Amino acid sequence: MNTNIRKNDTAMHPFRVIVHKEISDHVSSWRFIILISIIVLTCFGSMYTALSNIRTAITADDADAPFLFLKLYTLSDGTLPSFFVFVSFLGPLLGISLGFDTVNSEQNKGTLSRILSQPVHRDYLINAKFVASLTVISVLLFALGFLVMGLGMIIIGIPPTPEEFLRMVFFILLSILYVAFWLNLAIFFSVTFRQPATSALSCIAVWLFFTAFYNIIVNLIAKAIQPSVMASTNQVFRYQELILTLMRILPSELYSDATTVLLMPSVRSLGPLTMEQVVGAIPGPLPLSQSVLLVWPQITGLIAATVLCFVLSYVSFMRREIRSR
Amino acid sequence: MADNIIELADLTKIYGTLTAVDHLSLTIRRGEVFALLGPNGAGKTTTILMMLGLTDPTSGSVRVCGVDSTTNPIEVKRRVGYLPENVGFYDDLTGLQNLVFTAKLNGIPGNEAEKKAGQLIEKVGLTAAARKKAGKYSRGMIQRLGLADVLIKNPEVIILDEPTLGIDPTGVREFLELIVELSKEQGLTVLFCSHHLHLVQQVCDRVGLFVNGRLLAEGNIQALAERLFSGSPYVIEAGIDHSISEAKGHPGEKYTAGWLNEIFKSVEGIIAIDIKDNKMMIQCSRDAGSDIAKTLVEAGAGLNYLNKKEYGLDDIYYRYFEGGEKS
Repeated sequence: MNTNIRKNDTAMHPFRVIVHKEISDHVSSWRFIILISIIVLTCFGSMYTALSNIRTAITADDADAPFLFLKLYTLSDGTLPSFFVFVSFLGPLLGISLGFDTVNSEQNKGTLSRILSQPVHRDYLINAKFVASLTVISVLLFALGFLVMGLGMIIIGIPPTPEEFLRMVFFILLSILYVAFWLNLAIFFSVTFRQPATSALSCIAVWLFFTAFYNIIVNLIAKAIQPSVMASTNQVFRYQELILTLMRILPSELYSDATTVLLMPSVRSLGPLTMEQVVGAIPGPLPLSQSVLLVWPQITGLIAATVLCFVLSYVSFMRREIRSR
Repeated sequence: MADNIIELADLTKIYGTLTAVDHLSLTIRRGEVFALLGPNGAGKTTTILMMLGLTDPTSGSVRVCGVDSTTNPIEVKRRVGYLPENVGFYDDLTGLQNLVFTAKLNGIPGNEAEKKAGQLIEKVGLTAAARKKAGKYSRGMIQRLGLADVLIKNPEVIILDEPTLGIDPTGVREFLELIVELSKEQGLTVLFCSHHLHLVQQVCDRVGLFVNGRLLAEGNIQALAERLFSGSPYVIEAGIDHSISEAKGHPGEKYTAGWLNEIFKSVEGIIAIDIKDNKMMIQCSRDAGSDIAKTLVEAGAGLNYLNKKEYGLDDIYYRYFEGGEKS
């Protein structure tokens, strides 16, 4: 904690005091240093592959050609995943590791009852912890995104257009939202379980379920209700919609849908399109506002999931009776 | 000193089927050192939590410093310092930083907080360890730091829940003396919560005995003893030497109760005699020490010593426990 702050300062609001302390705790913890090094390394790895393939990536008929800069985030040669895939993979890890011991470690250390006996509202603690973790995540992701941008500028020598820049910022905001979902889930488990190990394990279990097992289940359902080859277009369409809806329960699916649209301006739809809809369409990039409009449901879904997790943890924390240890 | 700083009226807390606190009414006056004594699970901590507004009472009211703890806990927490049982600090921060953090939570500006934390660290005798990580502190040091932590907000009342837990005996004495000294210095009201009898007895003005959610008795130790042992206010302990067995009419090796009753028949005011090995407890309604000594010696028994028993908290406590368990 920063004890020797500015002289002759006035009293800080208790909420800010807790946020300050939490941020400095995060930043100086080994856990955070390890995480940051993993993330930075993988991001540079993916940028390296993107940069070495960017020459061959642009073909004449590519609708995304004007958005060369965004390719830095999406390009991959198959050996290493691209930047945004890395973020979608490591984001949950980041959120979980910052959140899984938020409340229970305080309780186990015996500091929770001490803090709550100070003249602060009880929700300050959980809100401040959430805000602190979110700040750390935001700073980290923005720094990383801009770092990739800056290095890209130096190496390929082309500055991003304002639209590319905005798309990038949206992408980072979306990533923060996605990590915030996992952070809140982790906070919820940290309120629910007394042991940090249990809560970490539960978070990882949920994560694994969402990334691996849920797909398998959806595939099984898909196989079971597959319409026959003779089925009408309408039936096939509805079937496709159903499978997509099932997949979109996953926060990771929402995130990857949204990022794909934001980083590849030529993507026009996330669902099935009929021939009638496609006929006459000239392949070309969508403006940013249209891309955002396209993924608005996904963004709303992510926000809803995040808020839901936070409300759950908030309510269970407020109702909990705080005893020492 | 007349005003009541803590007022509990008909306070009840029910968890499911368990009544943790049962219609508790208690007042503590300003400047008093009060000890709430009771076995584990008696509801002491629950009572404290209700005083601080950390948990809501099922019924009844709590007023601390004239403020209702249930509806306005923040105001109460501003004036009351609470040292929880098994208090903990942030291991990665130094003792000083931990204190500064608490001070800032209480709205003390950074500059002043540091100064104050330094002074308190010195007061509780942790100057040498002030810049050591709290994770390296021993249990006794943690408790001292906890005391400083409680005092940093300039409280009117301090509530200490099992403050002596895990400290060695000399440490306990020092710690309690420190608390009393500091509280006298600043005119604080102190509420202890403990099952540590002897030392609490030395430092507190009044005691409340708390069993199964009910306050069985309160008052200073003398008053408690008088109330409790009103039937037989005097107990005389006699040590008997078994090697002398040529007592007149003595049936054998042992001093039996029947024989004793026989020889003490002439002494006035004896209520009951209890004998265990070579120790005899004689309860009587008057100070009959000299008569007992005379009778015993005349009867030819070997009398090693005669001792008039003073009642301590221990006796009061166990006496109540017996009662508590039976009911």
